Amino acid sequence: MKYSEKVIDHFQNPRNVGSLDKTETNVGTGLVGAPSCGDVMKLQIKVNNEGIIEDAKFKTFGCKSAIASSSLATEWIKGKTLDEAKQVKNVDIAKYLALPPVKIHCSVLAEDAIKTAIEDLEKKSKQKTAELA
Amino acid sequence: MSSCSVNSQKSDRQIYMDYQSTTPCDPRVVEKMLPYFTEIFGNPHSISHVHGWAAEQAVENSRAQIATLIGADPRDIIFTSGATEANNLAIKGVAEFHKGQKNHIITCMTEHKCVLDSCRYLEKHGFDVTYLPVDKNGLISLDTLATSITDQTMLVSIMAVNNEIGVIQPIKEIGKICRERGVYFHTDAAQALGKIPLNVDEMNIDLMSLSAHKVYGPKGIGALYVRRKPRIRLNPLIHGGGQERGMRSGTLPTPLCVGFGEACRIAGAEMEEEATRLKTLQEKLYSVITSRISDVYLNGDLEKRIPGNMNLSFAYVEGEGLMGDLTGLSLSSGSACTSASLEPSYVLRAIGVSEDLAHTSLRFGIGRFTTEEEIDYTIERVIGAVERLRAMSPLYEMAKEGIDINTIEWDTH
Repeated sequence: MKYSEKVIDHFQNPRNVGSLDKTETNVGTGLVGAPSCGDVMKLQIKVNNEGIIEDAKFKTFGCKSAIASSSLATEWIKGKTLDEAKQVKNVDIAKYLALPPVKIHCSVLAEDAIKTAIEDLEKKSKQKTAELA
Repeated sequence: MSSCSVNSQKSDRQIYMDYQSTTPCDPRVVEKMLPYFTEIFGNPHSISHVHGWAAEQAVENSRAQIATLIGADPRDIIFTSGATEANNLAIKGVAEFHKGQKNHIITCMTEHKCVLDSCRYLEKHGFDVTYLPVDKNGLISLDTLATSITDQTMLVSIMAVNNEIGVIQPIKEIGKICRERGVYFHTDAAQALGKIPLNVDEMNIDLMSLSAHKVYGPKGIGALYVRRKPRIRLNPLIHGGGQERGMRSGTLPTPLCVGFGEACRIAGAEMEEEATRLKTLQEKLYSVITSRISDVYLNGDLEKRIPGNMNLSFAYVEGEGLMGDLTGLSLSSGSACTSASLEPSYVLRAIGVSEDLAHTSLRFGIGRFTTEEEIDYTIERVIGAVERLRAMSPLYEMAKEGIDINTIEWDTH
């Protein structure tokens, strides 16, 4: 399979690999996929008091396209608000990385990972608000 | 540059580690073949002139060389285009000849696709097929085989050596059971020929598929051993001039036959020494890798295997990604991403490897031209790649935290 230069770049030099403290209230964690499918992505976001994603980290078990998609996702959402991050679509990821049809599902999983991380964060902030009430 | 970036090591050449997929022609084989393209080019079936006789002589010599390697008579060897055709001919040919008399065939879940697919074809045409399971070492149970044989069974087809995991089935014992029960025994020996001793009489083999390009011969030629005493009858797949005792029509490709014969001659002469050398190299590959990285699993029996085929699962790291980091090495993987069907290897699933581990496997296939230097290079590259990818793996992180991945409810689409 011929990979685009961008996929190879993100695979060989992945951005933002690592972990944030998932217990912190301003950290959202999205864990998507399944080992039996050969694709698991963990994407985490840290939001500051202004609601901007100031840091994002990922770890992925998967092929080159999966690693590239999640690496790109963290790059794109850094500096965005949660609402802006929700707008990141798998088609944009797939187009940027020039993913072949058989690898489109990797970009879908990356979009899923972002949304799941945001949901986790929103759930935490609702809980925090409920506790304060 | 982060620690997860690739340490781009340049390699002057691509190192070949996929000897089960195919082998390069031994230069001695090529040298033997060459005159038969332009000088001794006659049709070996043209029996009325010198050009034909010279080609016929060469083909018959090759036939004898192949027969010698398996303890057969030259008249038992039917040339085909390869082991795929030989498997098709053995299974479909025998089945169709005996249609109406017996209709049951026994094979194994880990056979090559051409055997499984031929059996599936026969199932659609009125035959019953039993697919024997294998244990976690990749071996069939002789007891299960014996109890699966009925008075309707005409053929048992079990491969001698598995292409994916390299395990050797108990061929002699299978042959004994089949002979006692009056059932034909066919074995796909494509991966066994020239690697382990084979003897059709000692092992009670009735039909055997052989491939040249797995034993340093040319691609495009193989053979089917068909026992004459007692005579095995089968329907040909290819009709025509009646060559190969009527079992496989078509002009024989003299240079390819010569190449196959020479490859067999060399394999017979060098088998023992080569096996010892490959076993040493393979043991080094395995012991060094497993001593430097944890959670590496060998797929298939440790002892009953050919030297030269080692299929390893590297937990927490996906196979295609791993191969992507091993540029400079030509390997194959049991991962779904590397198969046309996007399903993980059915052989690994049959031996009970869990789906997630099946995605993490790599097959190291070494052979005649593999050097120790290449093994050392491979070891370092593999260790480097596994460490880099594990640093990026959420599954490795969870395992290190003591989380059992099997207890998590994954979101399977």
